[in-house]
Amino acid sequence: MPQVSAPTTQATGRVVRSPHAAWLRVEGHWQWYRRHWHSTLFSSIAQPILFLVAMGMGFGSQVEPSEATRNLPYLVYLAPAMLVVGALQNAVGESSYPVLSGFKWQKDYWAVTATPITPGQLLAGQQIWIALVIGFNGCAFVLIATLLGAVQSPGILLSLLAMVLTGMACSAPVVALAATVTNDGNAFNGIFRFVVMPMTLFSGTFFPVSQLPEWAQPVVWLSPLWHGTELSRAAAFGGAEFGPVFGHVAYLVGLFALGIWLARWRFRRRLVV
Amino acid sequence: MTTVGDGVLVQANGLVKRFGEFTAVGGIDVAVRKGEAFGFLGPNGAGKSSTMRMVACVSPRTEGELSVLGMDPDRDGPRIRARLGVVPQLDNLDTELTVRQNLQVYGRYFGLSRATVRAKATELMEFAQLSERADDEVEPLSGGMKRRLTIARSLVNDPELLLLDEPTTGLDPQARHLLWDKLYRLKQQGVTLIITTHFMDEAEQLCDRLVVMDHSRIVAEGAPSALIKQYSTREVLELRFNPGEQQDALDNGVADLVERIEVLPDRLLLYTENGESTLETAHAKGIRPLSSLVRRSTLEDVFLRLTGRSLVD
Repeated sequence: MPQVSAPTTQATGRVVRSPHAAWLRVEGHWQWYRRHWHSTLFSSIAQPILFLVAMGMGFGSQVEPSEATRNLPYLVYLAPAMLVVGALQNAVGESSYPVLSGFKWQKDYWAVTATPITPGQLLAGQQIWIALVIGFNGCAFVLIATLLGAVQSPGILLSLLAMVLTGMACSAPVVALAATVTNDGNAFNGIFRFVVMPMTLFSGTFFPVSQLPEWAQPVVWLSPLWHGTELSRAAAFGGAEFGPVFGHVAYLVGLFALGIWLARWRFRRRLVV
Repeated sequence: MTTVGDGVLVQANGLVKRFGEFTAVGGIDVAVRKGEAFGFLGPNGAGKSSTMRMVACVSPRTEGELSVLGMDPDRDGPRIRARLGVVPQLDNLDTELTVRQNLQVYGRYFGLSRATVRAKATELMEFAQLSERADDEVEPLSGGMKRRLTIARSLVNDPELLLLDEPTTGLDPQARHLLWDKLYRLKQQGVTLIITTHFMDEAEQLCDRLVVMDHSRIVAEGAPSALIKQYSTREVLELRFNPGEQQDALDNGVADLVERIEVLPDRLLLYTENGESTLETAHAKGIRPLSSLVRRSTLEDVFLRLTGRSLVD
């Protein structure tokens, strides 16, 4: 007859220190990814590549290299920006429904916080996992873009850092939102339609923002995608100046910090009641 | 606060939980001793789950004293949780992982090594009779299997105290009996159990001692048999009538036959020391029920007495 060994004396569980606890959550996500990675490929890797091919090679064949494209072929000009667009889309995708599900449908967040893991460690694990996913997808994008002839310098590897930073700056506020909504996540549709879409079109990805009307320019400064795109192109093509780079990084780090602060508050409020 | 004596795992004094204006738990005193199976019995909304969440260290108390495993949940939440097993009311398994992965991933959160959780998962799947589904995803499993997996998962850290919130709600009778068997075995091995339920038979089967909660307060406390002795008679005579004729029987003075009578929508419960003789007397008075049943008193009768309403709702 099967017996559970020695439960009476002393429990075997113990408290795990914070960074390790967050990492155990990453392990948990990895177990999921091992089984289900193929279901994420289209939205995470194929979609940005399709954009790169359609816009960079198709539409781009009609664009002469000029000052607006830094005198580069349009495909090459587009690649580092498309990399960051992928980060934005992955970040919002990974931070919205999957996080809401942890609270609402799958409810596995409640299971995790019944263990020694705290809501803060749970959140940290989620954010680290999202960063890893974004970084991994970015590497895949860079590899494919290189094969397509869209990469001319190794600077694009530095763009990966800008990409992950942009992704995290976009992820954390959406995670905070996902920890707040209690309905079926209609708010996310709003984010995709009214934030992600216009941001993708008007953040200097496809054309320089100097082409936009003057009144629109300050609005663009609010877009984390614009800051990320500027950083990514600076890394890939060189010619960066300290001031602007510092400004872009500061904005993205600030947005990330604000998002994390809000998310921590929302996670605790929701899980410890 | 009374000091936590030897072998007392959970001690609550004047424990209160409020959500805004709403009082979920209105000041309860409880002591759960090592090795016993302790029950919280009550209708939906009585405050059972709120109490359980406070003991599980995921819900800070509003007022009062609470000590779990000799520690304060407000200060030592993670340290206490490391030694608890929790079976929530609703299964919160990771349905996109396999049975084995659910156990292994969860075990890691308790700081167990990969080798330990691997061995533990195999052992627990055996215990929960899920070995054959070890590498299947959880999603398509039956409700009973998912419940057994949730219970198996709660044992991954060899908990000293196991908290079960309505462990068998929503299961078919066979699945319930299988689960009771598992829980009974754990108890035999010395695991302390705290169970909430609104099923009388479950409480009678599993609990050494229980409290009845109603409207956020404890209204009675004791062993099931002691509660039955204290609050009910030895036997109960159940009388069913054709629709509309129940009132005639009441007008005919059926209530005078016994000390206490409960009028349910579909039948009358007559509390008596001897059901058969009461039935004879009723017949002699010309009371003609459609059917009659003599049975022993159960916790349900205790509950009716204490709260004035039927429990299984």
